[in-house]
Parts: sequence; C-alpha cells; structure tokens
Amino acid sequence: MSFSNLTRRGLIKTSAAAGAGLALPTYLSAASHAGYTNAPQGDTVTLGFNVPQSGPYADEGADELRAFELAVEHLNGGGDGGMMQTFSSKALNGTGILGKKVEYVTGDTQTKSDAARASAKSMIEKDGAVMISGGSSSGVAVAVQALCQEAGVIFMAGLTHANDTTGKDKRANGFRHFFNSYMSGAALAPILANEYGKDRKAYHLTADYNWGYTTEEAVRSSTEAFGWETVNAVKTPLTQTDFSAYIAPVLQSGADVLVLNHYGGNMVNSLTNAVQFGLRDKMVNGKKFEIVVPLYSELMARGAGANIKGILGSQNWDWKLEDQLGSRYSGTNAFVQSFGTKYGFPPSQAAHTCYVQTMLYADAVTRAGSFNPCAVVEALEGFEFDGMGNGPTLYRADDHQCFKDVVVVKGKENPENEYDLVEIVEVTPADQVTYAPDHEQFAGGSLGSCNAGA
Amino acid sequence: MFGLSKRDAGLLFVVALLCLFAPFILNPFPEGSAMAQFNGGYPDLMQRLVIFGIFAIGFNILFGLTGYLSFGHAAFLGVGSYAAIWMMKLLTMNVIPAIMVSVLVAGLFSLLVGWISLRRSGIYFSILTLAFAQMSYALAYSVLTPITGGETGLQPKHTDPRILDGALPAGQSPRANLFGLDMKASTQLQLGDWVFTFNAGYYIAAAIMLVAFYLSIRIFRSPLGMMLRAVKSNQQRMNYTGLNSKPYTLAAFVISGMYAGLAGGLLVAMDTQVGAERMFWTASGEVVLMTILGGAGTLIGPILGAGFIKYMENIVSKINDNVLHGWFSFMPDGIENFMVTIIHPFVGKGWHLTLGLLFMLVVIFLPGGLVEGGQRIGNLFKRKKADPKSPDGTTTTPAE
Amino acid sequence: MDAILLQILNGLDKGSAYALIALGLTLIFGTLGVVNFAHGALFMIGAFCAVTFSKLLTLSHTIIDDTRKDFLGNPMKVDVPYIHEFVGQTTGDAIIDWAVPLSILFAVPVMIAIGFIMERGLIKHFYKRPHADQILVTFGLAIVLQEVIKFFYGANPIPTPAPAVFAGSFDFGAMLGFDPNTIIYPYWRLVYFGFAAVIIGAVFAFLQFTTFGMVVRAGMADRETVGLLGINIDKRFTIMFGIAAAVAGLAGVMYAPINSPNYHMGMDFLVLSFVVVVVGGMGSLPGAVLAGFLLGILESFASMSAILELIPGINQIIIYLVAIIILLTRPRGLMGRKGVMEE
Repeated sequence: MSFSNLTRRGLIKTSAAAGAGLALPTYLSAASHAGYTNAPQGDTVTLGFNVPQSGPYADEGADELRAFELAVEHLNGGGDGGMMQTFSSKALNGTGILGKKVEYVTGDTQTKSDAARASAKSMIEKDGAVMISGGSSSGVAVAVQALCQEAGVIFMAGLTHANDTTGKDKRANGFRHFFNSYMSGAALAPILANEYGKDRKAYHLTADYNWGYTTEEAVRSSTEAFGWETVNAVKTPLTQTDFSAYIAPVLQSGADVLVLNHYGGNMVNSLTNAVQFGLRDKMVNGKKFEIVVPLYSELMARGAGANIKGILGSQNWDWKLEDQLGSRYSGTNAFVQSFGTKYGFPPSQAAHTCYVQTMLYADAVTRAGSFNPCAVVEALEGFEFDGMGNGPTLYRADDHQCFKDVVVVKGKENPENEYDLVEIVEVTPADQVTYAPDHEQFAGGSLGSCNAGA
Repeated sequence: MFGLSKRDAGLLFVVALLCLFAPFILNPFPEGSAMAQFNGGYPDLMQRLVIFGIFAIGFNILFGLTGYLSFGHAAFLGVGSYAAIWMMKLLTMNVIPAIMVSVLVAGLFSLLVGWISLRRSGIYFSILTLAFAQMSYALAYSVLTPITGGETGLQPKHTDPRILDGALPAGQSPRANLFGLDMKASTQLQLGDWVFTFNAGYYIAAAIMLVAFYLSIRIFRSPLGMMLRAVKSNQQRMNYTGLNSKPYTLAAFVISGMYAGLAGGLLVAMDTQVGAERMFWTASGEVVLMTILGGAGTLIGPILGAGFIKYMENIVSKINDNVLHGWFSFMPDGIENFMVTIIHPFVGKGWHLTLGLLFMLVVIFLPGGLVEGGQRIGNLFKRKKADPKSPDGTTTTPAE
Repeated sequence: MDAILLQILNGLDKGSAYALIALGLTLIFGTLGVVNFAHGALFMIGAFCAVTFSKLLTLSHTIIDDTRKDFLGNPMKVDVPYIHEFVGQTTGDAIIDWAVPLSILFAVPVMIAIGFIMERGLIKHFYKRPHADQILVTFGLAIVLQEVIKFFYGANPIPTPAPAVFAGSFDFGAMLGFDPNTIIYPYWRLVYFGFAAVIIGAVFAFLQFTTFGMVVRAGMADRETVGLLGINIDKRFTIMFGIAAAVAGLAGVMYAPINSPNYHMGMDFLVLSFVVVVVGGMGSLPGAVLAGFLLGILESFASMSAILELIPGINQIIIYLVAIIILLTRPRGLMGRKGVMEE
C-alpha cells in the first residue's frame, strides 16, 4: 500500500505501451512511474477546469468555462490562435502541449470549499488531471490550492482577490494571475483622491469574511495615506440580502463617501439599496456624496443595472483596454476578437484571467520541457511576459503573484448594450501597486517547496 | 453472531461485502469507454460515500427511532471537523487523536444543544436545532475567523507546530496518516480494460462505518431503541405511564451527534481541510434528505440515501456538453445535437435539476424511500405476497 | 434617538417582507397542515413575474445600424421595443418605467394558477403523508422550480427598478424636527410597507368577515367535523393554497426593485420565513405577522454599529438567538395553538 495517486487513465496507457498482459492482474509499482502525479501518458494531457456551475456565481463560472474551452481550442491549433499570436513567449505552436493534445474535464465548485475539493479530487484521482484551474472565490481558491499542493499538481487560480491566496495561505504549487485587495486599494486611492479630493470621510461596509477584511484593510490604509478619514467600518453578514439597516445610518455619521467592500450578490444588493436611499443625490460637508466599490466585475455591473453609473472601482482587465489605451495592452484585441467571434459577446475579466492562466501553464510546461510540477513552478517563477492583455507582467517568485497594471473603472453613464457597462478611468502602473513580499497585509504564510506528488 | 439476530447479521454481512468490493461495484465500466463517466470507484468519492453513510446512520438513530427531526446536524459534523483539524495542526497528523477528539467535542456540543432543544418537540424542536446550527455557521464564517479560518477554512501547513510529529522533510506537505500509513495511499489492480483502485483511507473509513453500522443495529435492537420507538409512537402515553422520556431522547441525540462528529473527523482525516459551509443549513438539510430518501427508520436506508446523493453530486455534475457529444457522436449530426440539447439541462450545471426531480419521483412513488424500491424489486423476483416488514423488522413508514 | 427611530422604521419595512412571506406559509400550514418548503420558490417566482413582465414589455426586434460599430467592428445591432412602435416612444417608456407595479396584474393570475396546479397536482396527495415526506417533495419541487428559472434567466441578479417617481428617499427627520438627512427612507420601501399592510389587512378581513373565511377557519380548527357537515372543504383549501401562493408572489413582485431578483432568492428567504412562522406560533396568522415585525426590528437594531461594537457578530445571529429565547420561554411561540405540529 505504498504507492499513491496513480490515475487509472494514465495507468491504462502505460500498461498498454508496455505491452502488459491483459489477462493477468497487473500490480503497478512506483518504479514504473514518471516521478510525479498524473504524468500524462500517450498523446493527450488532461486539464481540470473547476468552476462554479451552481449557486450565485454560476454565470461567472460559465464565462470562465467558455474561456477555458477557447484556450484549449487555441492550444490544439484550432480557431485563430487568440493571444498565442501576441504572447511574448513563442514556445506554444498550436500542437497541444509538448505535442500532446489537450483534453479537459469540468466540475462544479458550488462556491463551497468542500464541494470544490471533492470536484478537484475527482479530476485528479479519476480523470488524471495534471493541472487544476478556475474558481470564483478566495475560499475555494485557498482550499483547492492546498489540495493541489498535497496532491502534487499545479493550481492556476481563477478569480480570487483576497490577499490570503498569495499571502498567508500561499502554496508553492499555486499561482495567481488575478490582482488582489492590496492592489485594488493602491490603485484606487490616488484616483479617488484626485476625483473626490483629499479631505473625505469614508464609511466602510465590509462583507464579514476574509476577503472583506483584506479589502477593507487595503482600501483604508491606502486612502488614509492620501488624507482620507475613516469614520466607521461596519461588518455585514455574508447571508444578508437587505442592507437597508446598514445603509440608513451612513448619512448620520457625517461620512461623505461610502465604500462597499462587497462582492457578487452582496454588492449588487448593497449598491442598489444605497442608491435607493438617495445617497448619491445628497450633499454632505459641502461635497457630493460618493460610493466606491473596490472590486468590480462585469456581471456585478449588469446585476446592479443603472445603479452602477459613475461608481468607481478596480478591475484586473477590461476588454476595451487596447482600443482605448494603445498597444501596451496588446493581446486584448486578439482575445476579444476570438472570444467574441465564438460566443457573440465580449469576455469578462474572469474569462480573461482563466484564459491567460491556461496559456501561461501551457507555455511554462513547454519551456520547462516537462509536465513535472516542480519544473513548471521553476519555469513560472520570476517569469516576465507581455502580450497577454495586461501589459508587461511579472510572476513574482516570492509569492507566485502576478504584478501588472491595475485598471480603474467606473460605471458608464450611457451604456450602448448590456456588455458595455463600464468605462476605463485610468490605469495605475504596476510599480505603484507592487509591494514587498513580506508586506504586513500578506504576512504569516510561506510557500514551502514544490510538491511533485508520487 | 456478535449478538445479532440471524437476519441482522446477514444485513451486516451484506454491507461488509459491499464495502469490501466497492472498488469493483462502483467501477463497472471499462476505462476509456463512454460509460466510464459513470464510474465512481475513485478514492475520494468512495470515502465520501461511507463517511456520509456514517453521518446518515447517526442521524437515523435520532430521526428514525424517535421521530425528532433535527435540522441542525451539520453543526456537529462541522464542530467535529474543526476539532480534528486542530488536533492535526497542534498534535500530530495521525488520524487517531483527530477522530477521537472530533467525536468527543461533537458529543459535548450535542449534549448542550440537545439539552436545550429537547425541551420542545415537533417543529419547535426542529427550529431550535436549526437556530443553533445557523449560529454556529454564521459565527464560524465571520467573527470566529481566528479559530475557524472563516471563509478560507483551515488546512494543515508545514509551519504548524505538531508537537508529536518530527519535522517534515523538505518538499513534503503534511499528510494525514495512521501510524505512517498514508490515507492517500492506493494500489491498483488491472483486469483487462478495467482498473480498480484500493485506497487505504477508504478501507479505514469503511471499517469504521461497519463498526458504526453494527453499533446502530445494536442500538435499534436494544431496550433503549425500544424506548425510543415508544417516544415516536406516542410520547404522551409514555409519559403518563411514569416514564421520563427525556434521558432517552437526549441519549439518542448525543449518540447521533457523536456519529456526526465521527463523520466530520473522518472527512478531515481523508481530506485535510475544513470550511464553514459544512455547517450551513443546506448541509443539515442534506442529511435529512439522505435519510428520508433512503428510508427513514430502516437500518440500511440512510446509507443508500447518502450514497445516492453523493454519487449524483460528484458524477452528474461533471458531465459537460463535450462529454455528451462524445456519447452521441455515433449518431448523425442532427440527431446528435438534438440529443445533446435534450440532455444538456439535466447534467453538468443542471445536476441540481436532476436531483430535485429524483427527490420528487422517489417520494411520490416510493413512500418508504429507496429501501421500499429495493423491496418491491425483490418481491417482484420472489413472486411472493408483499412482506409488510422491512429487513430490520420495523415497518417502512417513515417517521414524522 | 434619531438612530433608534431610523432603525424602527427600517425594522418595520424589513418586518413587512418577513410578515408577508410568513403569512402565506402559515395559511398553508394552518389550513392544509402541509410543510411547504417550496414557499420561498413561490416568492422567487413572484419576483420573476416582475422580471418577465418587464421583458415582455421590452420585447424588441433588431435593426442593423450601419453608422455604429459593435465591439468586433461589425455593424451594430440595435434593439427597438415593439411598444415604442405601438404607443410611441414617450408613452412606451412610461409604461416600461411602471413595469413593476403593472406586473401585479400579471402576477396575480399566474401565481394563483401555479398555486392551483401545485395543490391539485402534488400537495393534495401528501395531506395524509408524514411531514418528512412533505418536506422532501416540496424541497424537491423548490429545487426544480429554481433550476427552471436559472435555465431561462441565468444565475446573475436582474435589475428590476421601481418607477422613476419613487426614486430617492423621504426625509422624516426634517418633518419631525431633526436635522435634515438623519432619518431618510426610500419612497419605494414606504410603498412596500403600505402594500404589505394592505395585503395583510385584506387577508385577515377575508378570513374574518366572509362566509368563505369562516368555513376555512372552522376547517383549520377541525377539518373532519366541517367535512361531516357536508361542506366541501377540499375545494376551499385549494382556493386557500392559490391565495397563499398569490400572497407570496405579490411579496416577491414588489420586492424585486429592493433586491434585484436572482434564482436562489427563495432559498435565502426560506429558512428565515420558517423561523418567523415558528416563532409566531404554528397555525397562528397574527403570530406570524407579529413575529415578522419583531424579528425585523430586532435585526435592524442588531446592525447598529454601537451595538456591534459592544457584541461583535450579534448581527449574524440575532434572529436565531431571539428564536431560541422565545421558544424556550413560550413553548408554542408567541401565539401558537396547542398540539399543532408538536408531534
């Protein structure tokens, strides 16, 4: 009982190749194994795309899945190649990964860490996935990242924004392309100070869980550095649907800015409630009352409808970047073109990050010449690249976090259609959102060393 | 045998055989065939099947015998899990202390909750247990984050103290083990195109489930079990005869809470992480559904129900359009697309729909749950007059 | 002082939503003795009646505008609602603006029909089955209903704004002599409160002052005897189910502008509404309403930052804590009758 984590699919192929007898039971030993979990056998490699398909983030998960499918198509040489044409690394050539055709399996995270782990485990144990990607919350990302570390596969995080994913819960086998709470705060603060003045009193409503805490902390510390004052910060339960009791006292407090550290349905509801209370029409301390949403997504904007107009927030990426800000963000148009042609509407930032993560993984494997997780980790650590829509980007070796420009957006006043809800205000350059690996908001974790599994 | 009647011993034997050969039974389809999608014989699912089986067996001791419908049992599972993971973080990655402490802590917590909630009966009892569980969930997710990890949960890290274990070698992550036997260790047997996986963790969990199942049979057949059934059939009459039913119901409550804690501890032992969602009311509802779906008040029903729901959740949710196209690729394009369109809403992201429909179908047509379905099929083959008694000797009419 | 007044106002509004849902749930409990786990789904379907109705109003045909380009550089497709062509742009926009209140007219028949079908097709067969079976079958139905909605509308919330005249908020503070802006309340929530009061009043009046209501109340008390008197109580119960569904649906319609509807909003409310019903006392309509308002107000108080500083996390658990305290001090909730659902 000393051999672990063999997959059946991989096994079949090994034994077939070895011409093992079919009639007799064949016991496999670790010696016949490539030395890491789920080493692809034969001419295919399996990737696991673990996205929310039920629950409140199902639509976001569906968009992630579209991007994954597109990435697989491009890796296998289908379609127009998308960002493979603009990617600064030219290792990929449309013949799969290392000549192996890319196949994939999907699963439902339900945005619950248990369900996400069960789904990821079935991909690893049953389907022989060598990499897991996707997800739409930090709880799931941290849980699955820890699982991949134990199992010895690579985890390419999808949408996860809490500092913890590459902070106190970072793991050597896990990589995050998406930006984080700290970056949101650092990117937003100068623009907030610029647009709304430096003499502002902020009132925070914060989702009462880890992501909320890190986002509140990041936005607070960054805005206070610009002279803002935080008059109050109230935590709201995740399961809250009606935020009126939290919003009603805001004006009494003398605050003139409301910061909603909420995501998804929480944000849609709290923003809708805040606008209903007429907060945005009020003048407080002689200034127009403003609302800020640190993390924005296209789906949240759609859910909030007209209430999102003029609200500032930050994003990892937007499909209009290259059109509006030039070729620094090359790759954007290529991706929008192929995604839009295939699905009929522009991609969301969640789709973008998932597509890029898949490409980066494939590229790292190709450059390393091996699917071995430790080789992939080595190839990704400190990797500098461009042409993936975010401008020059660094995958920092210290914490496996990507450093790139952060987009500051606001809700568009006159959207032309349901996909055109945000406009780009400004882009905060990467060096302004870069922090030391031992920054206090990220303290308490350690990467450990890569685990190749079996 | 073991103090069981011949019939019960037979049932135990059958369950033991099912557990022993689960890797074969759950993997009926050859590798690489289109039907391999339905194979469930991989370690994680097999472990979950038996662990949730334990959870449901324990729940059935309370609900099936006394009729008290607890809507907060997930809290005990969650508390047990947190206790287990802390043992792993502080003491050792060996699963024995983790499991023992999880049972103990869940037992104490259920003693507290039961002592308060059992002052009321019927739906008032249900809401009291629900309230305790929801409070546990809400607090674990938010203000108790320093203890529970909140949203991101808890996982063992290589930086944890773990005073009984030696330092980990470089590059090793902490692995749950039983005196050195890794829970993830598997060996595989290949027969033709079939591959069967035998996992150490699964067999440990299955052995524990057999013990749990055996104990539950003994409880069903004991004087305590008789007393609990009396509570269900008419508590008032029982009280009038001068018997105080509270100690018996409380005992049943604590025992089923300990079963839940055991399941929680085993979940951590097999998959070393805890998240607060484990205690959400839907998780409590799930064990109710497992028990009713399988057949409340029967011995084997809860295990079947647990297996049914967990299998659906893990297998049906993974069937995507790509897989569907693979299945029907032998058909002409038009028919292939038609078939995919028809089936698409029920699989993959639509797996909840299938689950909901099956709940309705089972409860409409099989009032006694899956056990009754099994009996009907059995009777069909035996061509005998329907036997009103279920295998464990009680009627299959579910409890209220 | 002003802060407390504000939270009472808030609690009344929140409470009116709880009370409306709990009322429908109690009608079904009380009359039919059925534990209806699909009640939250009825509320959700009500909200989606509003969504569907606005979609119907904005049914459009597509014209191609060559002067503009879409994001891929192809000619832009522009949707033109039919209603603009029927009644002109201004009137059309006004009708679309009033979609939510207008959809009441659409929702009432739809919800009553759904209630009838549910009762005749499914619930009827479960009157004599154990409560556990009722829970399982209605829970299954709730899942099916919400998955159907998800299939057609997706998982993302759908903004369903109130008419523009109800935008903004009313300043109570200025009226009562406080500083301006201290006690403000959105117009639409005031409308919701008034609407809930009217519906609750109507249901009570219907049960109290009509012969039909009298028979139903008698049936709630002792179904068998009423049946023996030669009254077809079944038919009346079907109608009551329809009414309960309509009450839940209307609560959902009017709630749509407050929180953008999504397919799982019913499940979010389900547990809460059960707690409200049980705290109110099984089978008691006034109890359900009272408990709704009580829990609404307490929840609002618990969210005040002064209280949160005192007891962190109290806003997370207040409802459940209060439920436990009430059930321990009053064995059958606030106004429950003896022997209802106590076995």
